Amino acid sequence: MKTARLTTPYLVWMILFTIVPLGIVIYFALTDSVTGQFTWENIARISNYGPIILKSIWLALLSSLLCLVIGYPVAYHIAQQKPSRQHFLYMLIMLPMCISFLLRTMAWVSLLDDTGIINNFIRALGLKPLPLIRTNAAVVLGMVYNYLPYMILPLYTVLVKIDPRLIEAAQDLGCNNGKTFRRVILPLSVPGVISGFTMVFVPAVSTFYISQKLGSSGTTLIGDVIESQFKAAYNPNLGAALSLALMVLVLICIGIMNRFSNGEEVVTL
Amino acid sequence: MIAAKRNLFRRLFAGLCSGLLLAALLPLPASAEENSINVYNWGQYISDGTDGYIDVNAAFNEATGIKVNYMTFDSNESLYTKLKTGGSTYDVIIPSDYMIGKLISEDMLEPIDFSHIPNYRYIDESYKNQPYDPDNAYSVPYTWGTVGVIYNTKYVDAEDTGSWDLLWNSKYSGKILMFDNPRDAFAIAEGKLGLSLNTREEEDLRAAAYQLIEQKPLVQAYVMDQIYDKMEREEAWIAPYYAGDYLMMAEENPDLAFYFPKESFNLFIDALCIPKGCQNKEGAEAYINFLCQPEICGENLEYLGYSAPETAAKEYMDPEVTGSDIAYPAEDVLSRGESFLNLPVEANQMMDSLWLEVKTQGGTDPYALWCMIAFVAAVLLYLAASRIRRKRRIARRCARWKTEENKI
Amino acid sequence: MKTFNKVFTVLVFIFLYIPMVVLLIASFNTGSDPAVFKGFTFHNYGELFRDGVLLPLLANSCILAVLSSLIATIIGTMAALGIHNMRPRKRSLYMAITNIPLTNPEIVTGVSLALLFAFFGQLMKMQSVLGFTTLLIAHITFNLPYVILSVMPKLSQMDPDLEDAAMDLGCNRRQAFFKVVIHEIMPGIISGALMSFTMSLDDFVISYFVYGPKFVTLPVEIYNYTKKPLQPKIYALFTLMFIVILLVMILMNVLQSRDYKSMRARRQALNTQKREGTEV
Repeated sequence: MKTARLTTPYLVWMILFTIVPLGIVIYFALTDSVTGQFTWENIARISNYGPIILKSIWLALLSSLLCLVIGYPVAYHIAQQKPSRQHFLYMLIMLPMCISFLLRTMAWVSLLDDTGIINNFIRALGLKPLPLIRTNAAVVLGMVYNYLPYMILPLYTVLVKIDPRLIEAAQDLGCNNGKTFRRVILPLSVPGVISGFTMVFVPAVSTFYISQKLGSSGTTLIGDVIESQFKAAYNPNLGAALSLALMVLVLICIGIMNRFSNGEEVVTL
Repeated sequence: MIAAKRNLFRRLFAGLCSGLLLAALLPLPASAEENSINVYNWGQYISDGTDGYIDVNAAFNEATGIKVNYMTFDSNESLYTKLKTGGSTYDVIIPSDYMIGKLISEDMLEPIDFSHIPNYRYIDESYKNQPYDPDNAYSVPYTWGTVGVIYNTKYVDAEDTGSWDLLWNSKYSGKILMFDNPRDAFAIAEGKLGLSLNTREEEDLRAAAYQLIEQKPLVQAYVMDQIYDKMEREEAWIAPYYAGDYLMMAEENPDLAFYFPKESFNLFIDALCIPKGCQNKEGAEAYINFLCQPEICGENLEYLGYSAPETAAKEYMDPEVTGSDIAYPAEDVLSRGESFLNLPVEANQMMDSLWLEVKTQGGTDPYALWCMIAFVAAVLLYLAASRIRRKRRIARRCARWKTEENKI
Repeated sequence: MKTFNKVFTVLVFIFLYIPMVVLLIASFNTGSDPAVFKGFTFHNYGELFRDGVLLPLLANSCILAVLSSLIATIIGTMAALGIHNMRPRKRSLYMAITNIPLTNPEIVTGVSLALLFAFFGQLMKMQSVLGFTTLLIAHITFNLPYVILSVMPKLSQMDPDLEDAAMDLGCNRRQAFFKVVIHEIMPGIISGALMSFTMSLDDFVISYFVYGPKFVTLPVEIYNYTKKPLQPKIYALFTLMFIVILLVMILMNVLQSRDYKSMRARRQALNTQKREGTEV
């Protein structure tokens, strides 16, 4: 078939701008920043950032889990509505995603600040202001807020496809609500859970903006370190090594998550 | 899936429509005009027409017809990074003294043709031929100034002020801001320790870094231009920053006060330079010349609050500004000031890596580690359990079939 | 359980929209601090249109988004057609390549492209590599997988004999291709294009690493703005965009539900007709 030739521009493009850049990342990670000689030093230095990497994974996992717990009932509720109402609610979930996440995070900053809206309100009531911002909880809140739609949408996509007759059948066969959910709905929504989880986890683990704005001077995440290597202290070699580490880490996490799906098709939005 | 696709489709179509609608509302983007220059300056470092002051870039455009593409950076280091990564060209940049020295030593600056800058004669002699550019071939001073401590009188006791120690005072934990660039941050620690601000000894640098790490738990954030916002809104109470910026902040929040620490502090000159690879050198020189015009310089700096390197410019400024002992401190205060020199490569690298250590310190969180381990263990357990359960279920089913077969 | 779900959903929606309300109110605030409402004003809107800094950047973003989604759609659709006809093994190789930019964290994609361009710049001894072209390349690169992933399913849903049927009916190969195949997969192409458009309009992380001084997009500038003292005109821009998007979405929603209703009415009419037909 002639159609094979149609892929040539794509293949060339992807090799030039996806595979070659990854090769260059590896090259930079394995060379010295001054002499340009081969070295393992950058890779070895990754271990200095072990605690930061762990913290990033932990916060990202926590926010993915929270997104799942918060997002599931919402997706389930939306999927049970009348179609026209479903579309409307779906739109309402979409809408915040069309607004720059930078601005939305800034809005949270002005809500949570010590002199922010919530604390001003508390102060007006004559109470002691709360330490809301610059905590790990604030970072998790920012991640959950920003990435919650990425969890709800794939979940909804799967849940709305579940045949209501299956649920009726389960109930006819003597399942109570809890059991129906556990034995029928939950297993059927696993692909949505997996894809939602990945879609939240990957951006959350690599974020740098949310932690800069909502975190304290101690909440440095791996994304912050990479960003500062390229934008402040110019050390692209260490930055490349850290990017490589982040990439491998994400691949491992996705690999683990896909174990759950038993090879079923994973939904992408 | 199809329903989802349709929804997606709708959402996307919505995005497209809104984008196009907005685009239709707009004037066409400024395409690359023939005669334009790229100016890369510090944030909040030019009079831009607010509060009725002069809009310098617009005035320049009017006077010469050259369009100014104006961009800002927030530290010398990010300027350097931007130049070093290549990939972008600027025609005029405004680094500080030590960075100019570094750029010259790395051959990253273009010599300026001073015959195109007649207004250079207005610059006071004392700001010419500085150690960073001894033959004055690459730079034209823009402003000079000092670094001191800004604090909020509402929250900070007067007896705590007076020295750099205020920034290490745990009474104000979480309300202290700090410079987000290694050179200025280290200079404060070095000043506190009584070291030279230009020390290149590893021991001294380590001692300074140790001070910064000790200070870190008290620091609310490492910021540059955001200091304005945080101090004016009283989100933070104490910040070391440039004196000129204090004058701007004090206009917004009169509770802010400023002092020069009793130890040594940084005295800086920021100068206009032309980087290598500039694409409109004539335009750049015209811009530099324009900024040196006493009238422009005076109006610009009156707005900025930084100190003018031109005596002639002071005529155009409010006497209240030129009489301020913060913008133009007395001799005995100035004698405590120390200018930054360009450090040797090793010292710079040392400082950079120590700074990174400071910034990434405190990520250790044993609790996070344990939670992680517990989580991973739970996941693995679940996987193993579900596998075993499935195997058992299959085995049971097989057994049942067999017995049924046997019955038959 | 149902009421719990309902209350919970309402709470989540409130959570999602609180920051929007904050930004909305901030755009009418005379002070620059969103936390203290000093007075009502339209000044910020005037400022937004008068100083003309942000609006051209929005136009920049739109131009970039249109161009990158257009090019990505063309290359991606061609590739999807090619991949569709491949043997399974080769096909899975291609799909693996397609998945790289999707599973990579954005920051890694951004960093890798930045390094590539810097490397290329050094190689060519060029001073200014970063600019419109690099942004365009980066955006096309992350858009391509979305196009392929939305065209592929349409191709596999398509009846493979359709093309032959068209040729039997007198189309030549080219006509059959454009009139039948392209027509069949059009919804996938359009949704891929739209998805790339929104993705590239909104993209910050990757653009942040590959933009140059001559061509700045809106999200990048918003980032620079959030590092400076706040300027409330940015909230005004937000409010305008929010309203436009909201209106468009509501419009689509209304149109669709009307569509849906008319479809149902038609079906009902058809049914009654049939029933009447059988009765007669």
